[in-house]
Amino acid sequence: MILSLEGLTVQFPTRRGTLTAVDDVSFAIAPGEILGVVGESGAGKSITGMAVIRLLEPPGRIAGGEVRLEGRRIDNLPHEEMRRVRGRKIGVVFQDPLTSLNPLYTVGQQLVETITTHLPLSRAQARERAISLLQEVGIPGAQARLDHYPHQFSGGMRQRVVIALAIAAEPVLIIADEPTTALDVSIQAQIIALLKRLAQGRGTAVMLITHDMGVIAETSHRVAVMYAGRIVEIGPVRDVIHAPRHPYTVGLMGSIPRIVSSRTRSRLTQIDGAMPRLNAIPRGCAFNPRCPRRFERCLVERPALLSAGASQSACWLHAPAAA
Amino acid sequence: MPLLRLESVSRDFDVSRPWLNRVIEGAPRRMLRAVDAVDLEVRRGETLALVGESGCGKSTVARLIVGLYAPTEGRVEFRGRRMQMIFQDPYASLNPRWRVRDIVAEPIRILDPEKKSSVKRRVSELLVQVGLSADDGDKYPHEFSGGQRQRISIARALAGEPDLLVCDEPTSALDVSVQAQILNLMTELQRRLGLTYVFISHNLAVVSQVADRVGVMYLGRVVELAAAAELFSRPRHPYTRMLLDAVPDLQMSGKARTPVAGEVPNPLDPPTGCAFHPRCPHADERCRRERPSPVDAVACHAVEEGRI
Repeated sequence: MILSLEGLTVQFPTRRGTLTAVDDVSFAIAPGEILGVVGESGAGKSITGMAVIRLLEPPGRIAGGEVRLEGRRIDNLPHEEMRRVRGRKIGVVFQDPLTSLNPLYTVGQQLVETITTHLPLSRAQARERAISLLQEVGIPGAQARLDHYPHQFSGGMRQRVVIALAIAAEPVLIIADEPTTALDVSIQAQIIALLKRLAQGRGTAVMLITHDMGVIAETSHRVAVMYAGRIVEIGPVRDVIHAPRHPYTVGLMGSIPRIVSSRTRSRLTQIDGAMPRLNAIPRGCAFNPRCPRRFERCLVERPALLSAGASQSACWLHAPAAA
Repeated sequence: MPLLRLESVSRDFDVSRPWLNRVIEGAPRRMLRAVDAVDLEVRRGETLALVGESGCGKSTVARLIVGLYAPTEGRVEFRGRRMQMIFQDPYASLNPRWRVRDIVAEPIRILDPEKKSSVKRRVSELLVQVGLSADDGDKYPHEFSGGQRQRISIARALAGEPDLLVCDEPTSALDVSVQAQILNLMTELQRRLGLTYVFISHNLAVVSQVADRVGVMYLGRVVELAAAAELFSRPRHPYTRMLLDAVPDLQMSGKARTPVAGEVPNPLDPPTGCAFHPRCPHADERCRRERPSPVDAVACHAVEEGRI
């Protein structure tokens, strides 16, 4: 396993009490595997990603659990050492390419800096490598584009540059947080294809964080669905999409509009209410106030992930009947 | 008789360098044509959706319809009583210092001052109609989630009793489960109140869920206009086909997809002839030279000549 999380918990101590943003999250990603992490705003998916790279905004802190990269614990590394791991072993792609790029330096300067920091190459060699990276991510005229500034690129091209930066030091893991959300649908399809190609070709593990089930369906091998800080369902992407087990996943899938080409249009399934705020997570299962299938046990006891077909689902509906 | 008609409406924006630069450096005036000779008709009671990628001019059309922009050329004709607009960002479109009941009452106070005495009852009615409770009127916008705020925007829009609602990406800022709630609400309100919608969106799946007719825009022009069922089952313009191909496939049918190539060109320097020709797999010499006019509601030489 490239990345494995065991019981990761992230808390934000505030004056009005401690908020648990990520609660006992465990999963693992194999080489070449793309794990989709999906959820609505506030589900804790981005914070999980930031916890792995240890870039949580204070006062957020890892309050429990372990993060292992290639078997080695990284959640307790000293800052300086973590900084090297982050650059060398983990590449990161954020939603807005402009936050990852320095507007005052050319794309080439930024690539060369990243490469020479992490790999034993001369500047000339690094420049050669920068050109081949830009070619690999599909930027036409790579040689000339090296001397351009970020503002001279279009949105889609900028995201390609960010991906080139993320893979510059040949990381074993890429964390992509909503990499296509800011892009138009035709550009989005290109970036999805690129991410898939890279994971396959280089055997890189990818943690793909997104709210868009369509993007997950196109790219991921497995998917973890998050709700109120916890994983409520995790399994192979086909199973989760075609046969969701958790009532939240069922509602989520039903609420996604699909292209219908017939005249008969059906109402979208809707989950009433909204995700609870972190300071008001209900007792028992966090989803119970919105759940159409809740029963008594859901109100008092919080379900752990239970086996449900090829997936695991944190729902008492899947508890063995004997229990 | 359509409720709303746009007759070859165009809108230019002045994007010239500042005056001093023009004088000293001799920089020329530059105009950006955001909307280019758009013809549209909206019939009473229908939902007309405009769809396209960023920069295609769909939001500018929305603003031209409600009069936030004046057309540079052409005319907008409205035969209804009133229109209202619903914006994308429910955080920016509600005044944070006003209580919800004042926000919802404002259109009544301004447009129908004679109904002043019944404002309070009407506001409660409106809040209940959009799925909030009458007591919510005492609260401030920050006490609500994004979806609830969009409900408040809808209540405010309905307060003026409009026959036309222009909705500019009304669900794009919302989570998908909340989006479903709002889309269902809008459909219900339309049925109950006989509303007409102009629905602007970049999301084809959302459009297919709500629209009766769809106009596809590219670089300021409507390149295809068709009944929704028709457009989604038999797209004709190569750009419409490309857009539909690019939508992620939730069914995971594994169907082969035509890879999408290229990006939307810079509107300051639009391509000659058909604006889509640099990305079009069917482009020929005529497409590079001559701009296609809509024939049977599709602006494409290849379709017109029966090549595709």
